[in-house]
Amino acid sequence: MKTKPTEAERIEMLRRAKLLTGAEGAAHAMRQINPDVFPVYPITPQTPIIQTFSKFVADGEASTEIINVESEHSAMSAAIGAATAGGRTMTATASQGLALMIENIYIAASMRLPIVLAIGNRALSGPINIHCDHSDSMLARDSGVIQFFVENAQEAYDFMIMSVPLAENHDVLLPVLVGQDGFTITHTAEPILLEEDEDVQNFVGEYEIPYPLLNLQKPTTQGPFDMPDYYFEHKRQQQAAMDAVPDAFDTVANHYAALTGRRYDAIEEYRLEDAERAIVVMGSSAGTMKEVVDDLREQGEAVGLLKVRMFRPFPTKKVREALGHVQKVAVLDRAMSFGSKGPLYMEVAEALFGAGPSMQNYVFGLGGRDLFPADIRQVFENLKNPEEMREMQYIGIRE
Amino acid sequence: MPTIKQLAANEAKEKRFRGGHSLCSGCGIPIVVRTVLNSIETPVVVVNATGCLEVATTRFPNTAWNVPWLHVAFENAAAAASGVESAYRALVKRGKLPADEPVTFVVFGGDGGTYDIGLQSLSGALERGHQFLYVCYDNEAYMNTGIQRSSATPFGASTTTSPEGKISFGKAQQRKDLTAIAEAHHVNYVGQSAISHWHDLSDKVKRAVEVDGPAFINVLSTCQLGWRHEPREAVKVAQLAVDTLFWPLYEVVKGRFRLTHIPEEIVPIETWLRMQGRFKHLFKEENAGALEVIQQQIFDEWERLKERDRNDRAHFAPLQKDQTFTTEFEMV
Amino acid sequence: MNELKKYHEIPIGGTVITKDVVQPKTGGWRMGEKPMVNLDKCVNCLICWLDCPDTAVLAEGTDFFGFEYDYCKGCALCAEVCPTDAIVMVPDDQEVPEYGRMLNGGPHEN
Repeated sequence: MKTKPTEAERIEMLRRAKLLTGAEGAAHAMRQINPDVFPVYPITPQTPIIQTFSKFVADGEASTEIINVESEHSAMSAAIGAATAGGRTMTATASQGLALMIENIYIAASMRLPIVLAIGNRALSGPINIHCDHSDSMLARDSGVIQFFVENAQEAYDFMIMSVPLAENHDVLLPVLVGQDGFTITHTAEPILLEEDEDVQNFVGEYEIPYPLLNLQKPTTQGPFDMPDYYFEHKRQQQAAMDAVPDAFDTVANHYAALTGRRYDAIEEYRLEDAERAIVVMGSSAGTMKEVVDDLREQGEAVGLLKVRMFRPFPTKKVREALGHVQKVAVLDRAMSFGSKGPLYMEVAEALFGAGPSMQNYVFGLGGRDLFPADIRQVFENLKNPEEMREMQYIGIRE
Repeated sequence: MPTIKQLAANEAKEKRFRGGHSLCSGCGIPIVVRTVLNSIETPVVVVNATGCLEVATTRFPNTAWNVPWLHVAFENAAAAASGVESAYRALVKRGKLPADEPVTFVVFGGDGGTYDIGLQSLSGALERGHQFLYVCYDNEAYMNTGIQRSSATPFGASTTTSPEGKISFGKAQQRKDLTAIAEAHHVNYVGQSAISHWHDLSDKVKRAVEVDGPAFINVLSTCQLGWRHEPREAVKVAQLAVDTLFWPLYEVVKGRFRLTHIPEEIVPIETWLRMQGRFKHLFKEENAGALEVIQQQIFDEWERLKERDRNDRAHFAPLQKDQTFTTEFEMV
Repeated sequence: MNELKKYHEIPIGGTVITKDVVQPKTGGWRMGEKPMVNLDKCVNCLICWLDCPDTAVLAEGTDFFGFEYDYCKGCALCAEVCPTDAIVMVPDDQEVPEYGRMLNGGPHEN
């Protein structure tokens, strides 16, 4: 069970920390990982990631081959080429950029390439909007990639590093998308604890894949043409890789905890143990919600929060264990699946199928719409009588 | 001057492209592939755009390719090659691959994957200066999906999306000059060749892989299904494309232009058009005007190229007698 | 035809390991004709070898050898490009010497 650090722990942490934005945190992780190849293409709010990293390379602090591609589609195409060739490869994107590269995201997953991408989560056009929501990442939901949503700059840094050995685990070999909320995390400076460069390099180790294209002694054909006699088998392999993720992630998280003292799980349970009402959410909003939960707890209300960090593969069993005893659950989605419920809601509902809690689905924060503590209090209040609620609620909308 | 025996010797040493693929009877593409691969002395890594070549040669669990081969998608072969080539440089720089064993990166794409959907990624890769050779096998339409018009389809050709009909004489637009577009990137080597002129193609490949940075060769291939000629005429129809001046063979080395082949006898375009079902409708009375337009445009373009050739000829080492091409790379 | 494998029996990611592959035969594509060569006319120029869309024209080192009918799709391009008319197309069911090699009007052994 996670609790807030003590005041003394907080002061000690601040003493060692650097004040960095989430984008800079991701770029520092990339500098320490020092990948072989990094295709870059700008898009708000991800741009500071590639800018910061490009400057590291320009200053000789990383020796990565940067490819200044002419689109995100080519960024991911070049990443696939580089990763297949046998080079550790990272890139970054957001919003329309992710939409443009989505064809190649599917291909990278199917080719089992451990490419790590930093995503600055942003709304999708139209109308065009540069602010945060999770619609862009949801495009990749069914693509076969591992997906994380982080809460703050520290997690953005930590998950970029942990994603490398996770992606490259030979039972896994999948791309990883680390989503940090646009502006809220990418552009907001927070104290981040950075590990030593050498420790990070040792932690991620050497890049090794089973069939590097540049192994001239053992030529391979990669990206062939499948007919119905083999396509299904290749898709089944991808599910097997996903099935290997939970154990692989536990191992990585344990090693990372041994190095840093920070132990991450696929979910974070916040004051859930005796909660009667709970909110489920992903991303930076969890921070605000923890404050509200603390306030309500002080007033004697049995409320809690479940933060989902790993969206793919969805930690169904963990979510069920964490929420099984909660009577009323509100799932807050920062994306829509028009004509159905929110994507996170659908996952949680599946996890809790038959387990009993009453459930509510809220959509919030689309296109950067603010979420206030009062909104969260209202959600907890509404949860007292879930049967009176309509099927889908919208927070902060004018209606 | 390359000889066919050299190509055979290279193939005897290492058969880079094997048979048993499902490219059509009478397809021109394998001639491009084998001429290119057998003309390169170093190990090669191939990146392939989606298209006939890719689909027909890599049906899982089989492959015709005996060299490292990568396909990602339709529009991104040059971008994928950028990644492979960058990884190669990174791994050499970091001592993970030997620095003294050069590798040649070759991209194959059809006209759809190069002129149209892949033009952006090709342009990006040419501008960035990756060390690779892009070979477009141009058979002048989307043949893999069943003969749809591309921007490489010639004026007047009937395709399934520019069909001739009661009020249509086929494709109403001129073809795009992709070789000129590639040249506009100021890369060190750009060439245009055809499957009928293997020596010209082989020669160009040898020169292209020697230059610093990217090189581009546009090779006229043929498609018996789409062009509607007899499979056995695949090379003959390409030969006539050259002899009618429809497809001039030339190269641009470091910005200097020269024709690499001047037909001994220039054949009227009608001869070439008549061989192909896709142009059959042009010989109807009402389309006579279109025929005239085609012939005139070919002559105008030829005059323009001859002028460039005259202007730049002094920059090349003189050709030997009866030699319309040369392996000499030195420019005067 | 390769035996169909289970999902965990094939390399991941759609990779094909080249050395494991035996390419399928394509000779069944022929539509009634196959090539044959009169070696007395052949000048060993190898143009047929280079222009063959599959790999039906065999070279031995750098010399023309004959035809591998298992990979001949019957397009007759070899006969068309042959500068000396050494290659002729004959009915597919006609008996021909091994590799389609004729010399002095009869089969050429070795």
